Amino acid sequence: MNVLLFLIPIALLLGLFGLAAFVWSLRTGQFDDLDGAAARVLFDDDLPESER
Amino acid sequence: MDGLVDLSGFVRPREDGLNELDFAVEGMTCAACIVDIEQALKKMTGVRQARVNYTNHRLAIAYDGAALDPAEAVETLRRIGYRVHPFEVAQAEERDKEEARYLLRCLAVAGFAAMNVMLLSVSVWSGDAGDMASETRDLFHWISALIALPAAAFAGRPFFVSAFAALKRRALNMDVPISLGVILALAMSVYETIHHARHAYYDSALMLLFFLLCGRYLEQTMRRRTRAVAGNLAALRSPLANLLSADGAVTQVATARLKPGALVLVRPGDRVPVDGTVVKGTSEIDESIVTGETRYRRIGPGAEVLAGTLNFSGALHVSVRAAGVGSFIDEIERLLESAAGAKSRFVGIADRASRIYAPVVHITALATAIGWMSAGASAHDAIVTAIAVLIITCPCALALAVPAVHVVSSGALFQSGVLLNGDHALERLAEVDVVVFDKTGTLTTPEPRVANAEEIPAAIFERAARLARASKHPLARALVDMRGLGLVADGAREEPGAGVLAMLDGVEARLGSAVFCGLDADGVRARAEAQQASAICYRRGDETAIFLLRQTLRLDAAQVVTALRDAGYAVEILSGDSAVATADVARALGVEAAQGDARPSDKLARLEALRAAGRKPLMVGDGFNDAPALKAAYASISPITGADVAQACADALFLGERLQPVADALAIARKSRRLMRENLFMAVAYNMIAVPLAVTGYVTPLIAALAMSGSSLLVTVNALRAARGGILGLMGDEQAAESGAPAITTTPQSHTKDVAA
Repeated sequence: MNVLLFLIPIALLLGLFGLAAFVWSLRTGQFDDLDGAAARVLFDDDLPESER
Repeated sequence: MDGLVDLSGFVRPREDGLNELDFAVEGMTCAACIVDIEQALKKMTGVRQARVNYTNHRLAIAYDGAALDPAEAVETLRRIGYRVHPFEVAQAEERDKEEARYLLRCLAVAGFAAMNVMLLSVSVWSGDAGDMASETRDLFHWISALIALPAAAFAGRPFFVSAFAALKRRALNMDVPISLGVILALAMSVYETIHHARHAYYDSALMLLFFLLCGRYLEQTMRRRTRAVAGNLAALRSPLANLLSADGAVTQVATARLKPGALVLVRPGDRVPVDGTVVKGTSEIDESIVTGETRYRRIGPGAEVLAGTLNFSGALHVSVRAAGVGSFIDEIERLLESAAGAKSRFVGIADRASRIYAPVVHITALATAIGWMSAGASAHDAIVTAIAVLIITCPCALALAVPAVHVVSSGALFQSGVLLNGDHALERLAEVDVVVFDKTGTLTTPEPRVANAEEIPAAIFERAARLARASKHPLARALVDMRGLGLVADGAREEPGAGVLAMLDGVEARLGSAVFCGLDADGVRARAEAQQASAICYRRGDETAIFLLRQTLRLDAAQVVTALRDAGYAVEILSGDSAVATADVARALGVEAAQGDARPSDKLARLEALRAAGRKPLMVGDGFNDAPALKAAYASISPITGADVAQACADALFLGERLQPVADALAIARKSRRLMRENLFMAVAYNMIAVPLAVTGYVTPLIAALAMSGSSLLVTVNALRAARGGILGLMGDEQAAESGAPAITTTPQSHTKDVAA
């Protein structure tokens, strides 16, 4: 059962990592405009003129 | 165009030396507009950042104050077809945003903790069936406690705080049983863990919190969205006034800051910002928003003018009598107060349910514990059973049953161009059986339209529109609205009170009064009066045309009235306009019950008579004079172009040029009422089955938590059905964008048309 001593902390750390990522995205305003974000992924404005 | 807007009051300096400005954007119809706006602004020198928020139609720019006058940015966007209005984010909205983030953070923590505790719990359950050593089980329970206790303390705060506040007032609310269930379950679990017991209930407590936070966040999102839209609309109607100082200089100030006695300049085409007395200038004003009367009133020095009326032909100097509130509004407010009592008697389904629910839950749980103990069970078993009862009766399903439907239906309403204003508006709209329309501004378009468009050749119309686009006059705007966006005449010059002229293809063209265009003034006036319209003339060389403008019926008015009658609603018209004009409209729409010359008190009386007869009238109206009637009606809707007072009284507002949203609102409200009832029925049925099981001790807290979550999901999925039909509204938006609809905030197309397409 010694393997648990590694696995449980790893599982918790992964979970905490996910939580931290969520809180970070919340803080940087990524949940402020969900409708816009859905559309922005389709825009080509990050490409140079020639490739649009 | 004269002088650019002064935006200095709205600029916020940033730490890095740049300036920031927020705008509400009008005319965004699809996501492609995001690129248009951002690209156009980023090309301007001095603009460092431009970001559109598509969800709430806002624009934030950061710019170098030395290199750019923000008014130029406004002008640039106007040229590509978007009107933007400077904007000060309201404090209430800022608070809402903070609260949303707070709830999301709580939700994230509860979700994280619930997942990890569940991971440990599942191991314990499968270990129980196998060969898990009791030390390992204790370890897992202790780790669960380590995660669950701080997580619940963090994520449970929204409930704990509200429950505590309620208890302090010696009242009960939904949060009391929730908090009690969570705290008891956790305390019990810690006790069990210390005594090396087989079961702990950390998972139940956390799952409960997670689902409840989901419901609460959804509810909050809906409120926040409505408030954002309301904020935009307030910016669109920007309450600015041109203040005249003693030396004749003009500055723009917020209307609210005007003091009685100050002098205000009202240009032709502007709405009068204040109640006051004309000191200088003559003009014609359109008072239809106040009285419903469609004829213009001639005014000169000494005349009284009311806020909200539209100044047509000449510049006026107005001495402020009262800004914001005036005697006319005072009178209206007096009527409002007498009418206000009627609505507050209404209590929403959810409120009624929760008022009974919380005490019943507590008594049942307490009775269960006492019952088991007196039947000889140990205190431990009795408390575990009582916790199961508390959790299983957790008002999740009940708490979600109504808000979930509300969220989804107000989304569907939003797509149809309807915004909910009052509490329980949806539930009241669903019960309406009579629809009473105001005429001016409601059945008819709020702004005048060209009545004889078909008589005028398209080429002439387009050339006239090129001149009209250069003018600020309200009649010219009617021409522009008919033709949409397009070329603007170069070098156009506006002669105040006369018209606008410019060289078009090498020939001088004029648009304006009959005299200005060299036409027979008496003949034109006679023709206009015969049609109860205003005339605007056009001449380019020998080419002439007369545009007759008046408030025409909304395009789909007849269709909507017919549809309402087919759906079983009685339809009436109550108008402050002359009896003749009202009768004309009633005939065109096939409405028999029509009353003209109705003063505010007459309208109020009619609605009270309807209610006394046991009917549930919906009032649809826009003017100051409709406000008491809107308040007295069982439910009310006002167009977004209506007066502020009317909007404040209405349960819902609708956007756009069409009347269809009114019919949509009624249909969606009826549908959502059905779904709410289904949901409440499901929640009650679930409790009828689950509670006896829990009371008799067949349910552990874990199964209780699972059953509770299951019922919540069922109720939420059922609520989603209210959105069907919202998809059609979306299609409408796109169609409007393709046809290049002019700058109207939203132009939802009628649903029937979409189905046919």
